[in-house]
Formats: sequence, structure tokens, C-alpha cells
Amino acid sequence: MGQWEVYPEFEVVRSSARCTKCLGCVAQCANGAHQYDGAQLTCDSAKCVGCHRCVAMCPTRALKIVKADCALRENGNWDSQTIKEIFKQAQSGGVLLSSMGTPKPYPVYWDKLLLNASQVTNPSIDPLREPMETRVCLGKKPGRPQRGPDGRFTCELPPQLKLTMPMLFSAMSYGSVSYNVHEALARAAEELGVYYNTGEGGLHEDFYTYSPNTIVQVASGRFGVHEGYLNAGAAIEIKMGQGAKPGIGGHLPGTKVGADISRTRMIPEGSDAISPAPHHDIYSIEDLRQLVYSLKQSTHHKKPVIVKVAAVHNIAAIASGIARSGADIIAIDGFRGGTGAAPTRIRDNVGIPIELALAAVDQRLRDEGIRNQVGIIAGGSIRSSADVAKAIALGADAVYIATAALLALGCHLCRTCQTGMCNWGIATQRPELVARLDPKEGAKRLVNLMTAWNHEIMEMLGGMGINSIEALRGNRLMLRGIGLTAKELEILGVAHAGE
Amino acid sequence: MIRPELFEGQVRIPSGCAISAVISREGRLISGQTIVDSMRPMHERSNGLGGGFAGYGIYPEYKDFFALHIFYDTDEARAAVESHLRAVLEIVRAENIPTRKHPAITAEPFIWRYFVAPLRSVLHSRQQDEEEFIAQLAMRVNTSYPGAYVFSSGKNMGVFKAVGYPEDVGVFYRLEEYSGYCWTAHGRYPTNTPGWWGGAHPFALLDRTIVHNGEISSYDCNRRTIEMYGYKCTLQTDTEVITYIADFLQRKQGLTLEEMASVIAAPFWSTIERQPKGKSRELAYLRTVYSSLLITGPFSIILGFRGGLMALNDRLKLRSMVVGEKDDKVYIASEEAAIRAVEPSAENIWAPAGGQPVVVRVREGAY
Repeated sequence: MGQWEVYPEFEVVRSSARCTKCLGCVAQCANGAHQYDGAQLTCDSAKCVGCHRCVAMCPTRALKIVKADCALRENGNWDSQTIKEIFKQAQSGGVLLSSMGTPKPYPVYWDKLLLNASQVTNPSIDPLREPMETRVCLGKKPGRPQRGPDGRFTCELPPQLKLTMPMLFSAMSYGSVSYNVHEALARAAEELGVYYNTGEGGLHEDFYTYSPNTIVQVASGRFGVHEGYLNAGAAIEIKMGQGAKPGIGGHLPGTKVGADISRTRMIPEGSDAISPAPHHDIYSIEDLRQLVYSLKQSTHHKKPVIVKVAAVHNIAAIASGIARSGADIIAIDGFRGGTGAAPTRIRDNVGIPIELALAAVDQRLRDEGIRNQVGIIAGGSIRSSADVAKAIALGADAVYIATAALLALGCHLCRTCQTGMCNWGIATQRPELVARLDPKEGAKRLVNLMTAWNHEIMEMLGGMGINSIEALRGNRLMLRGIGLTAKELEILGVAHAGE
Repeated sequence: MIRPELFEGQVRIPSGCAISAVISREGRLISGQTIVDSMRPMHERSNGLGGGFAGYGIYPEYKDFFALHIFYDTDEARAAVESHLRAVLEIVRAENIPTRKHPAITAEPFIWRYFVAPLRSVLHSRQQDEEEFIAQLAMRVNTSYPGAYVFSSGKNMGVFKAVGYPEDVGVFYRLEEYSGYCWTAHGRYPTNTPGWWGGAHPFALLDRTIVHNGEISSYDCNRRTIEMYGYKCTLQTDTEVITYIADFLQRKQGLTLEEMASVIAAPFWSTIERQPKGKSRELAYLRTVYSSLLITGPFSIILGFRGGLMALNDRLKLRSMVVGEKDDKVYIASEEAAIRAVEPSAENIWAPAGGQPVVVRVREGAY
């Protein structure tokens, strides 16, 4: 160790009794934590990110990663993370970068909300014996049904996204994640009858075949956006913001921009892909309206337009403006949402939790009588089917899932995506690492996860005596708060447990 | 004494119930006694905490006027409401609703009825038609005048309800003195003791009334949706929200009864997909447009309206409801016993399937 180094966060512990020196660990660790000099197998714990790839791949379970017990002298004000960050910045002079959702112990309101079940006065419904519907139609609903001269309904609806279950894969760009991740997501979305989202990196030419299950994103960098791209998607998402980094653009380092990404993003190979913080053609709500309508015109009014915004303080008013801008769907991304890379200070300090944002938006749109004019997708750390059910009861039509999907693909939440050295082949562009993720197997695991969640949602619905997901939407009587203040309950629009 | 915080509207009270209805397709008048008698065999389905009736065609002499039935807790409440009514309505008759003392019906409020017509000048200045005006007026009184509650507001029809067993409520209101072409009835089994007359059923807005047996699990979804359209749910009861949904879908959205049924008890998607193309498209359209007005959980409802009624079960048929006929009359009740009690030789007794609307209309011109 040097004067300006701190003791590593993890220690790699190898059982020499079990180790057969197969050297699998050396091959698996792109960070070089394991080394073999021809005789001796050694570990450099300083290089370990805690991704557990070597642990998982070790055939004799000879490896474990433990939290180092060499602790800095912490106190209530100065925890070790804060101290280490100061050391780092004193060394580098740079902005700290982080990945995935904030690890800070902010309140998770999902865990402070409880669901209801039927007892005596009405029957619960057994989803194994009775139909249980989780289909969702996302989009604008007409204020009044239109009839033709024969008195029959014209049955013309604004474009809708039809989902077999109230979950979509959230935006992750090709660039921030690998080709194989996109392929796995696309295959799974197709099999499940839901959608995946290109993120801002364009749509790889190989994946146009999955376009009926693809949401194409238009972000501030406009990477990979062209007429064919817009028309390829089932829907178009304008990304105004991201929960993990509200008010901040994106930066894909040139080292990750290889031939394939260069072609997909329509930028020169090796050049940094920098998405500006704002859209430079949207400085106001009326500008958003223009972009919504120009995208609609480019796609002959056949595709719903989603506007994705980060959950920020004034989210209710912003959502109301978006609802009136012609958007078909609003996606709200809470501040605990994931990212491939974000400035640490932004990720950990900017924005508000999705639960409060969603509750406020749903209520505001109802107060203004315009809730039917838009669908609402909630995202920003949906971790389980219970979170999904609670989000829908608060008022969402569906939820966006990303981190959970990556976990299904092997991500162990080591939160070092920004290095591009992902040993699981997810957040990397290095061909030898990307090859570790089998897209077919990945798709199977994603299908498994979503199917399992959907079954659990059906069980919860049945317990509440509800047999269709739309009757849970905004049904806040099905929620009770636990350990929440009166103000929190007021914002969430739920009663406390026992009330 | 029940604490006020347990009153109707302060808490949500699930109920089990009995419902019954009789209608003459020829518009022949049926005594109120008939509907009261039909409720007797279903005594056990109520618990004495609410009973009520709706009669159609009962005020032929005032058929062009809205009949407002209002409960008042105090004379002050009445004075306040009447002063408002006088400002916006022509009142052609105001009176106590005749009742008789009954040992099981106690703590009655002041019960008044008014036959009224909105002043044309007021309608003109508010740019409202008379139905919208009366609907708004009823909701305004119920939300803004403490101690006053409009529980009936249609033309040539009226609701009579109280805390008590339905057969006693019928005696109390002297229903044998009324006759109409259609009657609906309700006996309530709430799970706690609201002790408030307004909470009994039927629930009414204009000439639409709902009697309902069930507990809907979609309540808050439906409530928060319908409140977007200017309705205010003050009672936290299923019946209230279902009445508003019926009013919204029919009066404001122009849906037919059958279309409304396929919104609130929408067929399953799998059923919709099996329909012929045109039908399937229409059902999918309605289900998509009005997805938040789907009602889940058990219910059997009878919706009364001018010139007819509609009975409907939830789509899983989680509540009993049977239909029978005799000559020009159609009977609908929670139990066959209720039908047999008033028409022992009723024919074609059948149980409608879940989500299958039963619409009975009085011959045009006969009401």
C-alpha cells in the first residue's frame, strides 16, 4: 500500500485445501484480482470489486469474498465511504462516478406499505381455478366514445401498448450494456408479450426483428435516431430525465464506441457519446409538445409517445404539463433507479422517491380530471412483484424494470458498471466478456423472473378479491402505511395500518 | 350512542344484503305492499341496520316535477336548505313524507319531500340542462349542508329508506298506500352500526336507483375515477359509486344499458377474443376506454330507471340472484323464496350468468 491508498473494501479468501489451481479465477477476473506467476496463485484484493464472478465459477468452492475488517476510524458524521471519497478526489481532482441505484439508506416506501386481503365479507379468488387478468393497455383513452352514423362505436382508439402483464423492461442503451443483454431483453419481451426499451443508444440492425416488442428512445443526444428507427418501435420514448441523474446528460466513453456501437449510434468510432443535460430543442413545455407531435407525424400517428422524466420536487405539475402536451404515456423514474454511470453526488442527492412521486402525480392528474389522457409507468427500483402491486395500487398502469432484470442476467450489483469491465458480460463491450452472457439462456431467465412475478401478482390480486389488474390501479384502499408520518400518508393517499 | 366517526362516510362499511324487484312490462300498477312482502322471507339476509325501497310511477300527479326526498337532522338544516331551494327552484309542493310509528323504527330524522322544477333563468345562466342541475344540486346539498341529505331526486319516482328491517321500513313509510309500475327493495347487513338513515339503500341520483348486494373490491379504483368527473362520493359505499358510474356512463357518455353492463362487468379478455369480430372489437374498445370502471368482487345489483330496470351480477357470479316471470310481471331477487312469497306460480325461474345483464322495459307509452 502507498501513502494515499486505503485498505481494500473486500478480501478474496482462497482455501488452499480446496483450490486445485485450475486457474479459472484468473481467467474470469477482468479486473486482475487473481494472478498466477507459474507457481504461485495470488490475490490482489485491491482489484476486487465484489462481483462474485470468481466465486460463482470456482469448481471447488475454494473462493469467498468477505468484507474487509480493516476499518477506517469512522464516526457518526464521517463514515468510511465519505472519507474514502475525499481521499479519491484529493488524488484525482475529478467528479466522482458511480453506477446502479443509490446505496444510501433512504426510506423505501414500498417496505412501509402493506397490501389488503379479503376476509369473510367478500371472497378471495383462487387464480388457479378462476380467470385472473393482468393484461394492460397503456395509452390515451378518449374522453367520450365515438359512434358512427349507424350508432355503433367507431372503435378507434389512440395508439395503445398492449402488455400481457404490467411490467416492461426499462431503458438501457446498447453501449451501457452489451449486445447480448439487448438480445436477451428483446427475446424475453417478445416471448412474454411485453416491451424492452433501446435506451438512447439506437437500435442495432440485428434487433429490428423484435421491433413489435421494442420501445425506441429519443434522448438529448439523438443517437441512432432516424425515420426507420422511429417507425421500427412499438412506441417512442422521449427521455427527458433519468431517476439516477436528474438534470444530467450521459457520457459513453469513446473506448466503448467500437464499430458496432458507432454504426448503431451513428457517431464516429472511438468518439465520446455525450448526451447533453437538456434537449436543446426543449427549453419549455411548449417545446416538448412540438417534439411529441413531430415524432407522431414522423410515425403517422400510429405509435404512442412516452415521455420519461426523473422524479423531481415539482413532479406533479410537470406530469400535468406532459399530459397536456399530447404525450400518450408518462414514465416517472424515481431517484433510487439504476444507471450505467452517474456523478455520485447527483445520484445520491437529487430527486425524490418514486412512491411519493407516483402518488402525487396520479392524484394531481385525477384532481385535474386528466388521468385518463395518459398512461403512467413507474420505475426507479422496483424489486419484487409486491413492489409492482403496490405501485399499481398507488396509481401506476405498469412499471419499468431494469436492475432486477440485470440481476436475472447475472449482475451481482457490484456497482462498477462505469469501468466497463463487467465480468458477467452485462455492462461491458469487451468481446471476451460479452460472450459470457448467453442471450438465449438470459432470455429464459428473464422470462422466468417475469412469469414468477406475474404469478405472484395474480395471487395477491386474488387475495384482495380482484380478478383484473385494472381494478387495482389507483385502488389505494388496498394499501395501508406502516410506521409512516401523517404527512407521508397524506402524500401517498393511504390510511395507516389499523385505520 | 354511536360515535360520529363511525357514521356513514367516515368509515367504509362492507355489507351483505337482500335485494328484490318487481316490474310490470305493461306498466300496470303494483302496490308497494307486494315488494314489502317479497322481502319478508329474506329477513335473515338483513340485520336491521338498513332497509329501503324505490318505487317508479308513484307520483303521476306530479310526473313532470322532480321529487326531492330529504332527511333533516334539525330544523336549522331544513331552513338552510329550503332557503337555497327557493332561490333556484320552483317548489310546487312541500310536505312531510307520511309515516306511521313503528316500534322497530326509531330515531327518525325529519323526512320531507318537495316537488320542484328548476327555474329556467337559473338553468340558462348556468348553461345546464335540468337533469344536470338537479344532480349537482343534490350533491351540493349532501356535501355542503350538514344535517341535510337528499336521498331521492327523480321524476315520478321515489326512494323510501330507514335504519331497520326492510319489512318494518315498508310499514313505517306506509308503502301500501303507493302503487307503481316498478319497485326495487333492499335489506342491509352492514358489518358495523352506521345508525344513519342516509346510508340505507337504495341509493339514488335523478331517476336512477341502485340496490346492491355485495362488496366490490375495485371500490377505490372506481371511486377515484368517477370523482374525476365531478361526482363526490361521501358515503364510502359501493352503492353510491355504482350509482354514479351508471349515471356517468348512461347520461353523460351515452352508453346503452347493455354497453354499460359490458363495462362494469366486462367479459374476460379470453371471452372477448372468442366473440365474432365486430362484437369482439366493440367489447375490447369499451373495456379499454373504461378500464377503471370495471367492477370486481361480488355484486348483484338492480338498477332502476324511468321505464325499466336492469339486473346484473359480477362476472364471476359471486352473489345469488334469480329471475322469474308471471304474465306481464318480472321478478328479480336474491332468493327464489322472495319471488314465490308474492307470486307462488311464478314461471321461468332462472339464474342469470355472471356479467349477463337482464334488462326489463315497460312497453313504450305505458308509463
